Amino acid sequence: MSNKIDLTLNINGQDHAVSVEPRKTLVDAIREDCALTGTHIGCEHGVCGACTVIVGGEAVRSCLMFAVQAQGKPIRTVEGLASGKTLHPLQRSFMAHHGLQCGFCTPGFLMLAVNTLEKNPAIGDEELLDVLSSNLCRCTGYQNIILAVKAAREDMRTKEEAVAG
Amino acid sequence: MNEQSGGTKWIGMPVERLEDPPLVTGRGRFAGDINFPRQLHMRTDAARALPGVVAVWTAADITDVPPIDFREGPIEKLAPYRQPVLAIDRLRYVGEPVAAVFAHDPYVAEDAADLVTMEVEELPVLLDARDEPGEFSFGRDTEATILTQGYGDVEAVFKSAAHVVELKLTSGRHSGVPLECRGAIGRYDASRDVLELHGAAKVPHRNKELIARMLKRAPASVQCYESHVGGGFGIRGEIYPEDILVCVAAIRFERPVKWIEDRREHLIAANHSRNQHHHIKAACTDEGEILAIDDVIHHDNGAYVRTHATRVAMMTCGVLPGPYRVPGAYRAICHFRLTNKTPAATYRAPGRFETTFVRERLVDAIAHQLRLDPIHVRRLNAVRVDEMPFKRPLEALGEEIHFDSGDYHALLDITLNHVDWQNLNKELAARREQGEMVGVGLAMFVEKAGLGPADGVRIQVDTSGEIEVITGGASIGQGFETVMAQVAAECIGADMTKMRVTHGNTERIEHGIGAHASRATVMTASATRVAALKVREKALDIAAELMQSPVDTLDIVNGEVVIADRPGGPSMTLGAIAAALGPSSKARGDREPGLSAEGWFYTDHQVYPYGNHLAVVQVDPDTGGVKVLRYVVGYDIGRAINPTLVKGQIAGGFAQGLGGALMEEFTYNERGDPLAVTFADYLMPTVRETPDLEIILREDYPSPLNPLGIKGAGESGVNAVGAAIASAIDDAIGIPGAITVLPVTPQRLKAIIDGKR
Ligand code: FES
Ligand code: FES
Repeated sequence: MSNKIDLTLNINGQDHAVSVEPRKTLVDAIREDCALTGTHIGCEHGVCGACTVIVGGEAVRSCLMFAVQAQGKPIRTVEGLASGKTLHPLQRSFMAHHGLQCGFCTPGFLMLAVNTLEKNPAIGDEELLDVLSSNLCRCTGYQNIILAVKAAREDMRTKEEAVAG
Repeated sequence: MNEQSGGTKWIGMPVERLEDPPLVTGRGRFAGDINFPRQLHMRTDAARALPGVVAVWTAADITDVPPIDFREGPIEKLAPYRQPVLAIDRLRYVGEPVAAVFAHDPYVAEDAADLVTMEVEELPVLLDARDEPGEFSFGRDTEATILTQGYGDVEAVFKSAAHVVELKLTSGRHSGVPLECRGAIGRYDASRDVLELHGAAKVPHRNKELIARMLKRAPASVQCYESHVGGGFGIRGEIYPEDILVCVAAIRFERPVKWIEDRREHLIAANHSRNQHHHIKAACTDEGEILAIDDVIHHDNGAYVRTHATRVAMMTCGVLPGPYRVPGAYRAICHFRLTNKTPAATYRAPGRFETTFVRERLVDAIAHQLRLDPIHVRRLNAVRVDEMPFKRPLEALGEEIHFDSGDYHALLDITLNHVDWQNLNKELAARREQGEMVGVGLAMFVEKAGLGPADGVRIQVDTSGEIEVITGGASIGQGFETVMAQVAAECIGADMTKMRVTHGNTERIEHGIGAHASRATVMTASATRVAALKVREKALDIAAELMQSPVDTLDIVNGEVVIADRPGGPSMTLGAIAAALGPSSKARGDREPGLSAEGWFYTDHQVYPYGNHLAVVQVDPDTGGVKVLRYVVGYDIGRAINPTLVKGQIAGGFAQGLGGALMEEFTYNERGDPLAVTFADYLMPTVRETPDLEIILREDYPSPLNPLGIKGAGESGVNAVGAAIASAIDDAIGIPGAITVLPVTPQRLKAIIDGKR
């Protein structure tokens, strides 16, 4: 049963040469073959969003995608958010607003929110809630996650304005 | 002045958590992230050999392994109802492990597990705990035991009572469902003859004892290690068949064995909870005073009696009266029955979510039947502040219930004023006039926390000045490390961000209570305080000599001993003091080596925080859907070490309660097949269903039972959600007492509304 395929996954700017069965999911390849365990698995059937990563500029559920499908596309995971010791504004914001408890859902929410704010920095509250309702958290009751993302939205906006101005 | 630091304040501050940096950067280490060289992967199911499969076990392969034992020790009467590690002869619920497959690769293990079909002769199933008990095994029926608690002459009080109010209520089957499924990695170190269980949670020390007992090993040769835990809620961290299997396999194969549960398995194999049927009666006066309560409970425990034995059912019997006096008589008789469903045990606020629903429904019914204001009935019956401490001859977790302190009436007023109760009711009535289905409901409750009798903590300072707090507690995501660091830092006079808090590692400390029943903050923080004050005293004692200044002139600020009234004067870091106390240091004199101390905290009684929940809901008459427009939690926590974390606990509990009240239910078809096996059928609240929560956090009545005044927070957010929402829905649809079953799913509510039309 080992008709493995050789492929290269580009994760956070780094190439990982892996050899996987065609049926291997992207999340399993990221976690097991590339040893990046920050991306989590909560259901493996596309509902919880714990496995959310950004592939080719889109937030996707990596449990619903095969590793082979991600070949040639840039993949971003939670491990790539901070630059060195400087946290991404969303990471800071989740900490500052107590947007995590057990932290299991956090990488998925972070990647979802990063992708959303990058695509639409001026996203309205209602639309933001719609997007955030696609992931599950069992610990926080969501209020602080919403707060954290809204605060990061303002933060990223002011920074952008500062750069633009 | 120098008993506790003057210059360092951490307790009560909403500081950021120590836990967060690895968790937001993907550096967490959850069970699934743990790997050892040469590890095998286990799946439970039924299976046959495939290439890459090392072994397949059934019950016949592990006849030397006993059924899973009770955590608190053997209970003869219940022993026959324990779950075998792999099913023997009979399958009692869908989801019961039958066989275990061990393979080199998790995909192969799964393939193998999928391959085999079992020959199963289908027997009639028992799915309702109210039905006649059936046969469990020869000579034993499915009513494992009958539990009872009570006081007074129930018959006599009922006979002479002016009114009797009677209700039949059901709490549905739901559970904690943490976002991380379970996981366990067994590893046997033959060089030291030590069995290790990684991925442990909740009660690592108790589990070490239990595994040792079951596998007939010395406790010293079994160690449990907790890593990051993706949510606990009472259900994770109990010993399940899979935990034992990975341990046994690790010893037999002398290879690490890893098992990671998938979601389908989790929903049918991990503990369910909450499923009870109550037939309750109250004897009342004309004024609405509750003189006596008589409750007959059918507790649906699923197929086996797991590690908790009858804990939830017994708790149910003891805590049902809640904040109300019930002076005449009380009786709860609980039929503890087994059915062909997933075994059940504790889930956040066990026995309280259920009984608050039942009790508050009862109070609403009394008010309606006697044409009284439900708030008035609550006020009349609630224990008054001048009756504190209030003793009740009932028990919770083996202790007689003693409410330690509190003013239930004052907190009720605070909550009612917060929403402007009179006006709110008027507004809602006006909206109902306009045809909207909107309503409000309120529920009162008493929580319990801080089960004793003892917990110990060790604190040690190394020569760099880093302080390690070693506890036998467990962290299930609630901010345990931060809270302990805050207490230790303030008591010593140090920087909390420089602390290292160790937990859930049985190798580092001999005893530990873990994290359950909201014990951690009360017990472990109190012990941390004792140890920290001892460390402080030791540091000051030697510093006085080295700095040539009497102890009472010294203070410790940010990890440095200073002379209090001489800013810029001489100072010594805790690291330097630790070095001076080194075993071979001359400066030590005849003092005990090391800047370290052990602290113990003892208590005879639990503490009883209290609160109320208030819900405003809107019902969609066409769909039966319920929208929560507003939700308020008023809660007196005694003292909050970190208010942000307390509110986080309340908000998280509330969302879970909301799920249990409106959405989450493990249902079965008539053949006993589970119908909720994915997140598409087991619905949990998302951002969309969870409203903004208004939390009124009070610290009016610190507990007299511990020096920090702490009362515990973990279960207050979930406790009364079912009760408050049920009451609000009654109000919205204009049918008093309409809600008798949780969860109030759209289908159920639609049927009620259509029945009225
Ligand atoms: S693990 Fe991918 S959506 Fe849940
Ligand atoms: S923080 Fe635990 S699941 Fe979200």
